[in-house]
Amino acid sequence: MSAPGTTSAPAALWRRPAVRVWIGVAVAAVVLFGLAPAVLSDFRLNLLAKFLCLAMVAVGIGLAWGRGGMLVLGQGVFFGIGGYLMAMHMKLSDAGPGGVPDFMLLYGDGVVPGWWEPFRSPLVTVLAILVLPAGTAALLGLAVFRRRVRGAYFAILSQALAAAFAILLVGQQKVTGGTNGLNGFRSFFGYDLADPVNKRMLYFIAAGVLIAMVVVVRLLMVSRYGELLVAVRDQENRVRFLGYDPANVKVVAYAIAACFAGIGGALFAPVVGIISPADVGVIPSIGFLVGVAIGGRATLLGPVLGAVAVSWAETGLSEQFPSFWTYFQGALFILVVAFLPQGFASLGGLWRRRRAAGAAPGEPPTDPGPTGTAPGHATADDGAGTTTTDDARTAGRTA
Amino acid sequence: MTPHPESVEPVVPDDAGGLDPEALEQVIAAPGERFRHDYLEIRDLRVVFDGFVAVDGVDLTVTRGDLRFLIGPNGAGKTTIVDAITGLAPATGSVQFGRVDLLGKPSHRIVRAGVGRTFQTASVFDELTVLQNLDIAAGAGRGPATMLRRRRGVPPEVEAALETVGLTKVRDLPAGILAHGQKQWLEIGMLLVQDARLLLLDEPVAGMSQAEREETGLLLQRIGEQRTVVVVEHDMEFLRAFAASVTVLHQGRVLSEGTVAEVQADPRVVEVYLGSGTHGRGRGTTAAAAAPAASTEVE
Repeated sequence: MSAPGTTSAPAALWRRPAVRVWIGVAVAAVVLFGLAPAVLSDFRLNLLAKFLCLAMVAVGIGLAWGRGGMLVLGQGVFFGIGGYLMAMHMKLSDAGPGGVPDFMLLYGDGVVPGWWEPFRSPLVTVLAILVLPAGTAALLGLAVFRRRVRGAYFAILSQALAAAFAILLVGQQKVTGGTNGLNGFRSFFGYDLADPVNKRMLYFIAAGVLIAMVVVVRLLMVSRYGELLVAVRDQENRVRFLGYDPANVKVVAYAIAACFAGIGGALFAPVVGIISPADVGVIPSIGFLVGVAIGGRATLLGPVLGAVAVSWAETGLSEQFPSFWTYFQGALFILVVAFLPQGFASLGGLWRRRRAAGAAPGEPPTDPGPTGTAPGHATADDGAGTTTTDDARTAGRTA
Repeated sequence: MTPHPESVEPVVPDDAGGLDPEALEQVIAAPGERFRHDYLEIRDLRVVFDGFVAVDGVDLTVTRGDLRFLIGPNGAGKTTIVDAITGLAPATGSVQFGRVDLLGKPSHRIVRAGVGRTFQTASVFDELTVLQNLDIAAGAGRGPATMLRRRRGVPPEVEAALETVGLTKVRDLPAGILAHGQKQWLEIGMLLVQDARLLLLDEPVAGMSQAEREETGLLLQRIGEQRTVVVVEHDMEFLRAFAASVTVLHQGRVLSEGTVAEVQADPRVVEVYLGSGTHGRGRGTTAAAAAPAASTEVE
């Protein structure tokens, strides 16, 4: 049992939010940049890179769904936009200046459509990846949230969009590669993708981007905007009567989530070597959500860890027992939703409360009279027994 | 969404303290000049829900410095009028405040025109702390740069409002674990920091103890000296003690209007309220438990 009264120097340091962020970043960097490349084979490392790309989508979902209350069931759309943009650029650069991507010669008339052309430029491609998914989400969000579409209706709408997007991609085989998607990339901005060193570099890029995204979300969560977003999630109407337009508040989170999904998709394509309608439709869109729900949607790290863990388990179990994974995923989802509605991350809070509850009766067993008021006084002056206050505060922040 | 399990134990200190009228002086220290043109003028207000006429041609004028109470039996249209003013219920007619037309505007724009309201059931952000609640209420005009940064310290207007509504000691607790009366006070505090010039309060003392009612009434009176305040209330004792003027509504129409004494003497009012003109004695204690369902509350 840790005594709440003792405030050692490291503990005091730990309480400072900025310090905690930097410690978290350092730990993540050591694990992702040091440990993982050291212990994992090239094949496994590439798999991890893929999971990190999926985790980027999860980080965005954590913000939009966990903090903003928007059940985003169609993140595959933005993931797909990012992925296809990157894939188009890679196909074009593989074909060389003025060249035609191989699949167009195969299925089409061998002419590169005009809207493909700008993506020969790496700069345009990167900008488009950053702007297009977020812009699409912003327009869509404004249209939808202004009309006060929310809850299940918003979820269905976003899911329908993912379905439509996948169907569109399949239908336009001449320009999108159809069911096969875009694949067979040879280079990534001039670097040969067959070279293991470059593969490894892709992993490092993914790891760095993911850490940056988590830091961004963390900053957003503790900002005034983050507080407002939780307010909108819990009482949208009340926020309206404080002079805010909740639609704008939600659009920001939705656009950021879309941007993250787009970046995730853009890195997914070179890491995995293919992007196809099967990666962007309804099933993967739900898949993104499962990891977030299991990890703990309203917390900072829950979505990331949940997404990586679920993907890892999927790969591991599929290797051991083919076709068994779906049942396992379904069962896990049901169990978590039924018994841990806030995801595995809530176990941490549970454990902390246990500890706090265990410490309280053990302290002064002298007068059982004012047990009801004693913790109250302690929290009021915010001094000695900080466990309750801290808990209450973190509860407000993380749950 | 879901009530999170971390806030099971109410840890609100008993001596959380009452309201602090002195701190209010700080809040309303702003020059009265700003409020000079403030008055609420409602003309021929009609609200119809699926053929049911909830408000039928109401005219209402409330000037600055008034503390107007809206009373009437359940279904008289009191809350609906507040809803119509704040853009929650579609209405026809005209509603002006400070020479600004309010009808037809979206709610958040009406709020930015200086109109603030509370709800029958205290609606605060349960998972956010008291301080965060007030900070959000104070921030509708903030730019993106401020919004995206962390709050550093406590803004002075929030500090003053915390003092006024006596919640300084509990400012870091989640609002969800506050006592009912404290939540109501938090709502009043939110109206103060959002700098509402027209305050529409829907049963602000429901569920409060006698002492808390007294304090709240005095607070509202003081605010009413400077701003325009409209209170929807069931509690007749509270009304007698603090109302500057009263509008009695019945079936969506204005039945009577005037001072408390004038309204009480109005035979139409007496008739609507079950015909008993005598004020029941010894109702003080039952009134303390006033709930929205207090339709038996008789004047």
